[in-house]
Amino acid sequence: MSCELTQRFVPGYLDGELDLVRTIEMETHLKSCAACARELESQQALREAVRRGSLAYSAPAALRKSIQSSLRTSTATKDADRASAWFALLTWRWAAAFAVLVVCSVTAWQLVPALHGPFNNQQLAAEVLASHVRSLEANHLMDVASTDQHTVKPWFDGKLDFSPPVEDLAGDGYPLVGGRLDYLEGREVAALVYQRRKHFINVFVWPDANGVSPARALESRQGYNLMRWSRGGFQFWAASDVSAPDLAEFVRLLENRVSPGSK
Amino acid sequence: MPETARRERFEQTVLPHLDAAYNLARWLTRNDQDAQDVTQEACLRAFRFFDGYQGGNMRSWLLTIVRNTCFTWLHQNRPPDTNEVFDEEIHSAEFSGGPSPELQVLAGADKETLRRALEELPDVFREALVLREIEGMSYKEIADIASVSLGTVMSRLARARARLRQSLGARLGKES
Repeated sequence: MSCELTQRFVPGYLDGELDLVRTIEMETHLKSCAACARELESQQALREAVRRGSLAYSAPAALRKSIQSSLRTSTATKDADRASAWFALLTWRWAAAFAVLVVCSVTAWQLVPALHGPFNNQQLAAEVLASHVRSLEANHLMDVASTDQHTVKPWFDGKLDFSPPVEDLAGDGYPLVGGRLDYLEGREVAALVYQRRKHFINVFVWPDANGVSPARALESRQGYNLMRWSRGGFQFWAASDVSAPDLAEFVRLLENRVSPGSK
Repeated sequence: MPETARRERFEQTVLPHLDAAYNLARWLTRNDQDAQDVTQEACLRAFRFFDGYQGGNMRSWLLTIVRNTCFTWLHQNRPPDTNEVFDEEIHSAEFSGGPSPELQVLAGADKETLRRALEELPDVFREALVLREIEGMSYKEIADIASVSLGTVMSRLARARARLRQSLGARLGKES
């Protein structure tokens, strides 16, 4: 190999990027040529100086934060964009038609008080579901953990202005595991927690003086099943991710335990 | 929300390479504030392209975007590279000019002198050296990032080193 070629390949040689044949040729040449050997040494010294110089810059902490917050804003805007794309479908004509519809519906709503019921139910169902999900997420399922109804029931004394019916259904495969205070429809309610294998069932209970209605399943939402009923002067809501038939079975068992008249 | 999940995955897989991204931008723009702006833009761009990322070397993928963002930015915000830009194929024979500095001179180069000498190199030479010596990337990775052939990477590195050595010799020779 010539001196010119050797010197051209010195960097590749140093970087370990030459193929085997060239490497051998270079090494043979370097042994016999002092000038080329000096060139290699010099480039080696340069490389060591650069590496020793610790020339790497690290990203400032402020930059990292700023990127993270931009990402957050951009994802939030994207979600908002999706929503506004929907609104874009409504031209002013449609918007006007929609407004008329809204006015009519509101009027109808006010004229027919019976319609309030289902509307409130929808809203309440959303609240119940949110409470159920929150209780599982926030690791705040129970304020009082006990499988004994005689521990759970007295625990509510002094915390609520009513004494909720507490029944254990362990014998039927739905053991009571505890209770906690929750908040629904602007009031404090009792939440009783039951377990079905690995799944939890939240039963929300609060007084409902005039209500007697049979158990009814609501449309399942986000994979959760909801049921509501009124009995014995209480309103009940059950929320869980157990299957709809399991939940219906559970509710039937619970309904039978709570006597229709007493509290 | 899928958008949020996507962001979290991005933060976990891409942001660990933020130092490398900033380092490259910092060397190419030669300025902290500009480097931060460019890195930020590159990261947001990477986030937009994230679905197109097919797996493989994440650092190379990110650095390719940073590199392209940098060169676009340089093109818009800086006068053309003041160091004359060579056509590598034509000038590939040119790199031995001048006697090389003594080994002791090179060994004594301090960080500040090295930094200045490196900053004075033409952008594409500096880029190749930074990726090779600071990021420790292979010729193949550098070729992918800069979209050039392996031969060009080799020639850029050779000439970058020759120039750096000359410049260090001149600086340190003057001082001593």
